[in-house]
Amino acid sequence: MSDELNGVSRRNIIKGAGALAGAAAFPMPAVHAQEPKVLRYLGTAVNQSAEIARKVEADLGIKIEYVAVTTDDVTKRVITQPGSYDLVDTEYFSLKKLVPSGNLQAMDANKIKLFDKITPVFTKGELPSGKRIGDQGTAPRKVMFLEGQRSTKFSSAPTEWATLIPTVYNADTLGIRPDLIGRPIESWAELLNSQFKGKAAILNIPSIGIMDAAMVVEATGKHTYADKGNMTRAEIDMTTNLLKEAKRSGQFRAFWTDFNESVNLMASGETVIQSMWSPAVTAVRSKGIACKFQPLKEGYRSWASGFALSRGVSGRKQEWAYEFINWFLSGWAGAYLNRQGYYSAVLDTAKANMAADEWAYWMEGKPAAQDIKAPDGTLLEKAGSVRDGGSYDERMGGVACWNSVMDENDYMVRKWNEFIAA
Amino acid sequence: MITDAAPARRHLAISARLQALPLGLVFAAFFVLPLVLVVVVSFWDYNDYQIIPSFTLRSYTESFEGCLDELPGLCTIFRTYASTARFCAIVWALTLVIGFTVAYFLAFHVRSSLWQMVLALVCTIPFWTSNVIRMISWIPLLGRNGLVNGGLQTLHLMDRPVEWLLYSDFSVVLAFVHLLTFFMVVPILNSLLRIDRSLIEAAYDAGASGRQTLWTVVLPLAKPGIVIGSIFVVTIVMGDFVTFGVMGGQQIASAGKIIETRLAALQFPPAAANAVILLAITLIIIRVLTRIVDIRREL
Repeated sequence: MSDELNGVSRRNIIKGAGALAGAAAFPMPAVHAQEPKVLRYLGTAVNQSAEIARKVEADLGIKIEYVAVTTDDVTKRVITQPGSYDLVDTEYFSLKKLVPSGNLQAMDANKIKLFDKITPVFTKGELPSGKRIGDQGTAPRKVMFLEGQRSTKFSSAPTEWATLIPTVYNADTLGIRPDLIGRPIESWAELLNSQFKGKAAILNIPSIGIMDAAMVVEATGKHTYADKGNMTRAEIDMTTNLLKEAKRSGQFRAFWTDFNESVNLMASGETVIQSMWSPAVTAVRSKGIACKFQPLKEGYRSWASGFALSRGVSGRKQEWAYEFINWFLSGWAGAYLNRQGYYSAVLDTAKANMAADEWAYWMEGKPAAQDIKAPDGTLLEKAGSVRDGGSYDERMGGVACWNSVMDENDYMVRKWNEFIAA
Repeated sequence: MITDAAPARRHLAISARLQALPLGLVFAAFFVLPLVLVVVVSFWDYNDYQIIPSFTLRSYTESFEGCLDELPGLCTIFRTYASTARFCAIVWALTLVIGFTVAYFLAFHVRSSLWQMVLALVCTIPFWTSNVIRMISWIPLLGRNGLVNGGLQTLHLMDRPVEWLLYSDFSVVLAFVHLLTFFMVVPILNSLLRIDRSLIEAAYDAGASGRQTLWTVVLPLAKPGIVIGSIFVVTIVMGDFVTFGVMGGQQIASAGKIIETRLAALQFPPAAANAVILLAITLIIIRVLTRIVDIRREL
């Protein structure tokens, strides 16, 4: 499917490139008017909604062609096939691999109208209220800016060249089936509790799974890492050994790599406790199955993703991309994402696009004044219910670490392989 | 006469070579060249985001990391290959028995060649849907709250769901047997249909029992088909990672899975090194199989 999209769009880019070359030589407005505005949007299926694409086309006349692949494949594509997409929606932790490759262009903050309104979670590592949040792992703050337009070095202080323009982020925790567990769950340690033998699952994306494992290790009191997101070899050994033991004793029902797999595992009752993403919990719940995104006392493992442009995107295509990104921050998309349980990068504009009671439920942690509906209109929550984990400040304020690419990434992947093979 | 034959033979040789040339070129471009590249890349260095074209044995030494330290225990790669080989053996044995039985029935019990054809085509029906869909369709059947468990509990044969039906060795073997038995049926059927019926009559006349005929006449003559079917099954199971992943809940290691994990982490040289190792081991298995039966002579 994505290959097909890709094939079509490759043809388009050749056409587009031809048209651009023509336009440069003979600047004729007629050529521009007829040129279809198409952007190939590489990302994971989680963030790629058909409704957003429809709305963009209606508002801006830009046609979004989604290229949907897994998290790891986004990275792989950016590095190996920079010509196969225009715009990429990728996670901040991947930047340690992507930026040195030189395949992304720095984003010009001056062209982003609402850049100053982007939540300080990204620019300063703190909540709008000024509270500092967890900084372990690849926190966006550490990789948000480049030293210059052509630089491949991250700048610790804000500059006008951003690596990514943030789209969505969230605080992840364990998803549970309260109906099948029947008692309160309060700690990450429960993931490896033998009570859930054969009914637990963990994420098989090393950069994310290792962080969940680290949360478990700290929760059991076995070890406290100096930085969970940048372990030493000894710490990696210790963490993966713990996972191996759990696996050998039959703790895990399965590992999952893709959003839909996690939904199916939970909805079918194959697992009752597992690493999960917020919209996956929403998806299980919209099937009428009890599922809770359980806040835990040790805090959340957080992630964030954002837009960047492929190295070769220039001219009008680049303008459309900036136009699209500005649109993305302007509120409609933000409200759409917030209603799924994600958080949007610019909070003010999203708020303006949400009903007061929706905002109160999703962002302020207040009981729902009326029934809460998913973006597609299905009933999510009855009036009176409260969001798992509460308000934005409580959830984002409780972040303990971020998804991460470690200095010892290569070693970690080898050890992760051993865990899978154990 | 003899002196005339030589140029004619040479002429034949040249035209034969010309005829083989297109296939040879296709092989060179799409098989030999990529394979050479894989071997070359397996000796290159790499970092987080690129392959560095300088010679190193790193991908191989790291693949066998800890193998000496852990003796007499097995290190990850040996354990993984041992497990993959075990699956290979189980699947091979099951597909062989089932495949041979089906082929035997088609060849000797179905008399009309029309029905033989029809029934052989019936065997292909599972192939009308994709491999992955056939595999995934097992999941709602075998799951904890699936049809089988539901049935067992309704009949009061079990008071709690059977866990090992899904995401287990059992489900992986089941899916493989489902997917691969047909690859055994076809070559074995082909061999059986070519057996001269008078040989069987002769065996009967000479007083051989049914079992003796099967063991001493039919089976040896079916060997080429068995070996060809075995090669299909063995190579597919050795290199597979999708079936192991989907049916094993991503929990069961396989030789193919190692390659996939390294690729996903953008570590192409170790992925290439593991591909070379896998290829070498598979070639050894095939060599052993073809030692047992000289396929070329038998065909």
